[in-house]
Amino acid sequence: MIEAEHVTKCYGEMVAVDDLSFRVEKGEILGLLGPNGAGKTTTMRILTGYLAADGGTITVAGWRHPDQSLEIRRHIGYLPENNPLYPDMCVMEYLSFVAAMRRVPKAIRKNRIDLVVAMTGLEKMAYKNIGELSKGYCQRVGLAQAIVHDPEILILDEPTVGLDPNQIVEIRSLIQRFGKEKTIILSSHILPEVAATCRRVIILNRGKLAGSGTPEEMSARARGGNAVTFVLKVPAAEVMSKFRAIPEVKEIELKGEEGAGQMKYRIITDDAIDMRETIFRMAVDNQWVLTELYRESLSLEEVFQHLTITEAAS
Amino acid sequence: MTGALALCRKEFNAYFDSPVAYVFIVSFLVVTYWFFFRGFFLNNQIQMRDYFFFLPWVFLVFIPAVTMRLWAEEKKMGTVEILLTMPVREYELVLGKFMAGFLFVFVSVFFSFSLPLTLSFFGELDWGPVIGGYLGTCFLGGAYLSFGLFLSNFTKNQIVAFILTILLSFTLFILGEDIILANLPDFWVPLFSFVGLGKHFISIQRGMIDSRDIIYYLSVTGFFLFLNILYVARRR
Repeated sequence: MIEAEHVTKCYGEMVAVDDLSFRVEKGEILGLLGPNGAGKTTTMRILTGYLAADGGTITVAGWRHPDQSLEIRRHIGYLPENNPLYPDMCVMEYLSFVAAMRRVPKAIRKNRIDLVVAMTGLEKMAYKNIGELSKGYCQRVGLAQAIVHDPEILILDEPTVGLDPNQIVEIRSLIQRFGKEKTIILSSHILPEVAATCRRVIILNRGKLAGSGTPEEMSARARGGNAVTFVLKVPAAEVMSKFRAIPEVKEIELKGEEGAGQMKYRIITDDAIDMRETIFRMAVDNQWVLTELYRESLSLEEVFQHLTITEAAS
Repeated sequence: MTGALALCRKEFNAYFDSPVAYVFIVSFLVVTYWFFFRGFFLNNQIQMRDYFFFLPWVFLVFIPAVTMRLWAEEKKMGTVEILLTMPVREYELVLGKFMAGFLFVFVSVFFSFSLPLTLSFFGELDWGPVIGGYLGTCFLGGAYLSFGLFLSNFTKNQIVAFILTILLSFTLFILGEDIILANLPDFWVPLFSFVGLGKHFISIQRGMIDSRDIIYYLSVTGFFLFLNILYVARRR
């Protein structure tokens, strides 16, 4: 459905997308994952025809950018980053504007808009000004706008950013529903976000392809590092030296003082090693007062940091 | 053309969705009426020369206010990204926005038509110059609109678009003035007097509709619209 080969895009000196190649099959939900500034938005802008690539070839549904950009744009629904909308327009007015612009035939326009409004649960907001809607509803308007012409391909740039957990769940389930019949590319910088909706993930880093695979493979890789945070009521120097002596500990850092002599530490270990028990035993053996202890998965940025740091070291 | 019409409708409604339209129309009428009535009772003549004399200067400030938002606002809000990824050709986008601006100015000017109607009750009004004046107003307005629309592309800031448009319109308007022509080498005089917007307006408002003036306005407007289309297409 979508084929990108050796796509490159520079902004002046800065290379935003660097020799990127990937394919998306029909009916697939692909996640574009990467830290901010990795080139996700630029890639999507090139796919949608908003920007022209400096090099490489892109084929969408059999048409090629940039010569057949108009045909391509017909088949794409796009939710840009930050979901731009016209605050002074009411929802219905906006959707019928978009439907007309996207060449929805006049005869079915009304039905199509009603259907989309029902699908996105906007019935009660249909005649409100977009500027008065909450962020969650705005996001639904953004999605409704992207599907109003029933495109085969949906490109969604960070569709859930800035929403509260309930809204995230709602938007995700909407996307999954669309995914039953459409090809979707969505971007995020949060791994669980992508894992929840996508069947395949591409990781971008500094405009380059840093890896691809199923979400399970990606989370396994992300779990490549475990972090444990704990708070002890002990002078820092003693703790730091004792932990550095343990071979499993890759890194220990002092996160700051919590007050009343309590110090917060964070250690990073390899995958499949749970340090919580060790820390507890050390605290008991040394008679340290342990007030807090918890484990967390590393965020994508940290995995990236980790990957780049270890790559540089080896 | 579906795209151009849909966009035109959206842009035209946008003026009325916010207070912009009402503030604009009221102040436009107040200012132009004031210029007209200032001399009307002194001259004691049934004619609208004064009205059309001041109109280009009023337009100089009012038209940029209409065009400044057309692209700059889309850029600022980011909606330009949605607009440019719609399956619509660049010329349709430019034309749609231009038509909306033109229609809006037309509506504002239309309200001033109460003036010649009132005058015709007082006595014999020579309709020739009045029709000519209104026609010239449309052409001149169209030209200013095309400058403003084009310049609105270059900034996210509406104020900057506003002032740049005043600057360009002003420069092109005064090019044909005698004081400028008098200071030019002879070789440049015909060119400058042809390019100057003002010269062509004067002959139209006298009631003489010369095809050269109309062609002039159409080509200036067309040229800037064309530049605008090129600019929009360039970013892809």
